[in-house]
Amino acid sequence: MAGYVSKNIRDATSKSQRGTEESPLVKWTLVALSGTFLAVFLLIPLANVFVQALEKGWDLYVSALKEPDTVSAIKLTVIVAAITVPLNTLFGVCAAWAVAKFEFRGKSLLITLIDLPFSVSPVVAGLIYVVMFGLQGYFGRWLDDHDIKIIFAVPGIVLATIFVTFPFVARELIPVMQATGREQEEAALTLGAGGLKTFWYVTLPSVKWGLLYGVILCNARAMGEFGAVSVVSGHIAGVTNTMPLHVEKLYNEYQGQAAFAVASLLALLALVTLGVKTLLEWKQSREFARAQQNVESMMNK
Amino acid sequence: MFGDVAAVKNVSFTVNDGELMALLGPSGGGKTTVLRMIAGLEVPTSGDILIRGQRVNDLSVQKRNIGFVFQNYALFKNMTVFKNIAFGLKIKKWKKADIEARVFELLKLFGLDGLEKRYPHQLSGGQRQRVAIARALASKPSVLLLDEPFGAVDAKIRQELREWLVKLHHDLNVTTIFVTHDQEEALEVSNRIVIFSEGDLEQIGTPREVYEQPANEFVARFIGVMNVLDAEVQGGVARVNELQFPAHDVADGTKLRIGFRPYAVQISTDLSLYPYRATLRHTFFLGIMLRLEFELESGLILRSRMTKEEYAQLGLEEGREVSLQIRNYRVLAAETAALGPEKELSYQPPPTIGENI
Amino acid sequence: MAAKRFNPLPGFNLTMGYTIFYLSVIVLIPIGGLFLRVFDMTWADFWRLATTERALAAYKLTFGASLIAALVNAVFGTVTAWVLVRYEFPGKRFFDAMVDFPFALPTAVAGLTLSNLFAQNGWLGKFLVPLGIQGAFTRLGVVLALTFIGLPFVVRTLQPVLENFEREVEEAAATLGAGRLRTFLSVVAPTLLPAIITGFALSFARAIGEYGSVIFIAGNKPYYSEIAPLLIVVRLEEYDYTGAMALAVVLLVFSFALLITINLLERWASHYEKK
Repeated sequence: MAGYVSKNIRDATSKSQRGTEESPLVKWTLVALSGTFLAVFLLIPLANVFVQALEKGWDLYVSALKEPDTVSAIKLTVIVAAITVPLNTLFGVCAAWAVAKFEFRGKSLLITLIDLPFSVSPVVAGLIYVVMFGLQGYFGRWLDDHDIKIIFAVPGIVLATIFVTFPFVARELIPVMQATGREQEEAALTLGAGGLKTFWYVTLPSVKWGLLYGVILCNARAMGEFGAVSVVSGHIAGVTNTMPLHVEKLYNEYQGQAAFAVASLLALLALVTLGVKTLLEWKQSREFARAQQNVESMMNK
Repeated sequence: MFGDVAAVKNVSFTVNDGELMALLGPSGGGKTTVLRMIAGLEVPTSGDILIRGQRVNDLSVQKRNIGFVFQNYALFKNMTVFKNIAFGLKIKKWKKADIEARVFELLKLFGLDGLEKRYPHQLSGGQRQRVAIARALASKPSVLLLDEPFGAVDAKIRQELREWLVKLHHDLNVTTIFVTHDQEEALEVSNRIVIFSEGDLEQIGTPREVYEQPANEFVARFIGVMNVLDAEVQGGVARVNELQFPAHDVADGTKLRIGFRPYAVQISTDLSLYPYRATLRHTFFLGIMLRLEFELESGLILRSRMTKEEYAQLGLEEGREVSLQIRNYRVLAAETAALGPEKELSYQPPPTIGENI
Repeated sequence: MAAKRFNPLPGFNLTMGYTIFYLSVIVLIPIGGLFLRVFDMTWADFWRLATTERALAAYKLTFGASLIAALVNAVFGTVTAWVLVRYEFPGKRFFDAMVDFPFALPTAVAGLTLSNLFAQNGWLGKFLVPLGIQGAFTRLGVVLALTFIGLPFVVRTLQPVLENFEREVEEAAATLGAGRLRTFLSVVAPTLLPAIITGFALSFARAIGEYGSVIFIAGNKPYYSEIAPLLIVVRLEEYDYTGAMALAVVLLVFSFALLITINLLERWASHYEKK
């Protein structure tokens, strides 16, 4: 009987997966390809914003931001976000509770409808409110008679912003709430906690990162929305111009540096949003890992 | 997970033609790494792998002509059973008619007739495993490698699959190496067993050899239940409490680790028949076998086992006094006394008893 | 049986009621209102308004540029997802986080900086314009902007699929003799395809409706670089509400069709996974 398979291995340390890995040439070609793509479309445009904003020096940058119209645009943007985000958060929490913790007919239809605003063009989003509340619209005559302005005024901007940021919180929260299941809440109820207490002390802590994530995404989009707001705003400088609209106005007036200065604030907002998002994901995965460790150590006992 | 580094040291063994060999060891003991090295899925930094006397280290996994069955089968989800099994044949450029003939031959052999158009997600666990093995065997590999072949099925069909694998191996006579952490499985299925721990090879032998003559304590404890005691030699006799084991030609003060299987403990209700007195403390029912715990007069606990019939014949019951002897035992480890001044003979710390793993 | 339906958690009526109320007020009634107004038109009127020559040119540009952008994203998004999941290289975490940047950056800023980059004296235009590649104020600019805003979709739909892809399946193909390319084409790609197509459709859907980033870079010449959403705005500015609404309905219907397609695609994607 001849030795058929024989193995003789000394201090073999192995990690390679020969035969199931691409050659280094292929690997680095792909890395370079994707790196170039991301650089051209992400890094260079981002860097360009700040370089153009500061091209003519810090003083001009600051003075561009101190323009009264710019200041009022910043103020309006903050106000719009401050109204929009809490409203959509409240909705998101309600919708997530109903969808994640209960079974009912038409659930998937409801989820699709909640996601609907994502697939509507921002311009159309603005238009539907013009059709509702504009002078030619359903309630236009009535609103005009009572001297209430929605379109070409702040309420219209808020409504359009609510529409485009409508799904963010709900969409982040539903999967997280579904994943945590119902047992914890049921346990709280058996211990005598009421509905609100259960939500506050049991549900909320376990979904807080998902909630926060939804809120910051909602906020970023609310502050940055352009198309929908553009349709309903009327572009009255100093009154109904948000920051993104103000960027456009400055750009059309060939005030490039000022446009980039305002844009740089929005880009900064985007960077902070990304930073917080990355942090939240890191926190979440760490908590998940810890929970798994606990389970494992319990199983080993 | 990739990026893990599994270390395997000093492993050397030979598998004979047509053999059914088990690589046995606790999880993380390096046995899967060895299997993957044979397949060429991982590369040893030093050492050789020979197939039919040829060094295959530099041969890529694609060219080694091995059949590999993954623990969770790794079937191609996007392909039917037929296409899964035919995959390797197509790559080896078999003719279409030959592929078809071979696949249907295997389907028949594996009891999978009529399932060729199903997708993996439409199969039961046992069927998936058979497809995986059929796929690995399709192009007649020189070695069949199976990673924990019974790990993913539930206990009930595991027994059936074991018997099936033995029969399959018998019918096809293909050299087979499989990895398992289940000692019972290795004993039952294989011709020979290679036992690993922490990347070290502990013993190679037939199931009978590794069971009856374990090379060391690790093997002894890993395969079956064993009583393990620490003894010290005094005047040619190794002693643990009142137990004495002949140890001629062994220097005084040498410490020995002595092991013996439960069945080596012989029991009699005739108190004068065997040299040691003990009391039956506990009886555990394990189906037709019983596990018994006896307490010697010195408080030492020994494990024994016997069938229900023997138990009834002896008229045993908990609390009953018996006499016992130890028929055969093995020295698992020896340690010569330190150079220091001769120590006063004292009682050992409480002796350890073999644990069932 | 009765116990199964019972759910002791409180608040269903309240939260469900509020959800439906808010959804109706913000989304359903306004969208319904638009459709109602369009239904008031005769079919001939609608057809005339929705298919003017200028509108047809706009649709063509919108759909064509969106399609190209989504294809570019399908290719580079697949490569990027692959690289981010499979390889280790310096800056990997940074690139991974940056992929979401187009989601976070206001579209106006994206349009502003892209148009500046590809203009004749911009960082990239400096090299490209002499080569005859005019990125700013052309149709190419539209594609560039739409590629930017659709960039994360393919990467983010593909990443989890790739992460969950069993390495053993590739190893199994290798032990059966398949080389790397063969393994990729016959085993890996078919499994990834549904996710790639879903990402492509999401990217396409997003591009169809996009407005902000495009109007900065496109130059917006009627019949040439004017996208459909912009034409809606133009009609509104001309106080041609019916014209705007007709175009909006065309876009909406198309978006809904895509939404349904995407839902079906997602179901298809999970079809091999079901037990």
